[in-house]
Amino acid sequence: MNDVPGDMFYTESHEWVKMDDEIATIGISDHAQGQLGDVVFVELPEVGDAFTAGDPCAVVESVKAASDIYAPISGEVVEVNELLENAPETINDDAYGEGWLFRIKADDPSEVDGLMSAESYVEVNSED
Amino acid sequence: MTRKTPFYQAHIGAAARMVDFGGWDLPINYGSQIDEHHTVRKAAGMFDVSHMTVVEIQGEDARAFLSKLLANDIAKLQEPGKALYSCMLNPEGGIIDDLITYFISEAHFRMVVNAATHDKDMAWLEKQAGGYEVTVSERKDLAMLAVQGPEARQKTANILNAGGAKSALALNIFQAAQIGDLFIARTGYTGEDGFEIMLPAEAAIELWNKLLAEEVKPCGLGARDTLRLEAGMNLYGQDMDETTSPFVSGTVALKDEREFIGRAALISQKEAGFKQKLVGLVLEGRGILRPHQNLLNEAGDIIGETTSGSFSPTLEKAIAMARLNRDVDGRCFVWSISVGANYLCAW
Repeated sequence: MNDVPGDMFYTESHEWVKMDDEIATIGISDHAQGQLGDVVFVELPEVGDAFTAGDPCAVVESVKAASDIYAPISGEVVEVNELLENAPETINDDAYGEGWLFRIKADDPSEVDGLMSAESYVEVNSED
Repeated sequence: MTRKTPFYQAHIGAAARMVDFGGWDLPINYGSQIDEHHTVRKAAGMFDVSHMTVVEIQGEDARAFLSKLLANDIAKLQEPGKALYSCMLNPEGGIIDDLITYFISEAHFRMVVNAATHDKDMAWLEKQAGGYEVTVSERKDLAMLAVQGPEARQKTANILNAGGAKSALALNIFQAAQIGDLFIARTGYTGEDGFEIMLPAEAAIELWNKLLAEEVKPCGLGARDTLRLEAGMNLYGQDMDETTSPFVSGTVALKDEREFIGRAALISQKEAGFKQKLVGLVLEGRGILRPHQNLLNEAGDIIGETTSGSFSPTLEKAIAMARLNRDVDGRCFVWSISVGANYLCAW
């Protein structure tokens, strides 16, 4: 848990959010990919789908388990990571970078203030 | 409190991700279980299987006892070192466990049973041994390591002395020999060639390090499961249990006249006929198969259930073992949670 980027926000369900103005890039944490094991299949939302914070919006399946991904904030999907269709293991290799899942245009960018900082996320998960 | 095997420090040294597996602290992977899977298919990997229960059956009635206890015929073992796969059944014909028995001498057979069923297996063995001149004793002093893959036998031979290497490489499939400290059996649970090695716990780390030096890669329970699933091998507790007929799981032949426990029930089952069969499935669409998913026919009726399901790293497709109605032939469908549509399976 030493490598959690400080410029992102985190959820209790292990999604990360990186804001660039009103565009939020969303992925799962390195801790989460480690718990899941080898990712073999990712089901992403469609561009144009609208979600409210907390909605299930994607599924990451590993050899071990299927895990729902929840929208950390409300908004409309503007881009999905097409790379994951043929290379889902990118999530294992680079959870905070190339392994991003999708981008949404936030209804209210200040919604991320309600999420956890890197520090809080590490603290919450340090018992694992 | 979980129990640790003699290889525990080696797992920590290899940066294993440890899990509680039936009360044992064991590695699920050392990074990527898919990489570990491919290593076993293409080269050589090693698995700590020390959690499994090794039991010595000793005494002048050893063979007679096993002839009564096991669904498959111990009389097939005539040459020292030879091994037999069998289930032991309850009187209703349900499977108590599946196991391997090695013939060491007329007064000594060695049995390896599953870890998850340890308590009920030991109780059953003790109970059934009453009336026979046998002792049933557990070898908690032994460690066990499975070395599996096309290069596994040669790499193991490389760490033995010349005589030991020759003996190990001369073993036939399902044959074992005591070579120095090591009881080496040409058996496994991956569908690959290789050895399962039992040895004194205190010698475990030394064996591990010698194999590491031969570039045998540590592999965890995750890869062990996908390897055995690809090979179509049953996992006790998942693909079969006390409610499952050994005919459905394909683990008994019932070809001899022997009076073994469960025989009468099996004869009744055979006469009545059994409704299900165990099949292997490959998912044609995207998605992953999991245990206990309903299988449907084209009309949407439930015709079976997956027992084990996962992703096959070799095929790069989802695969499963399933119990299906015997009259079903050809294809079935599965509802995929993640994809939200019916996906086709074939076998």
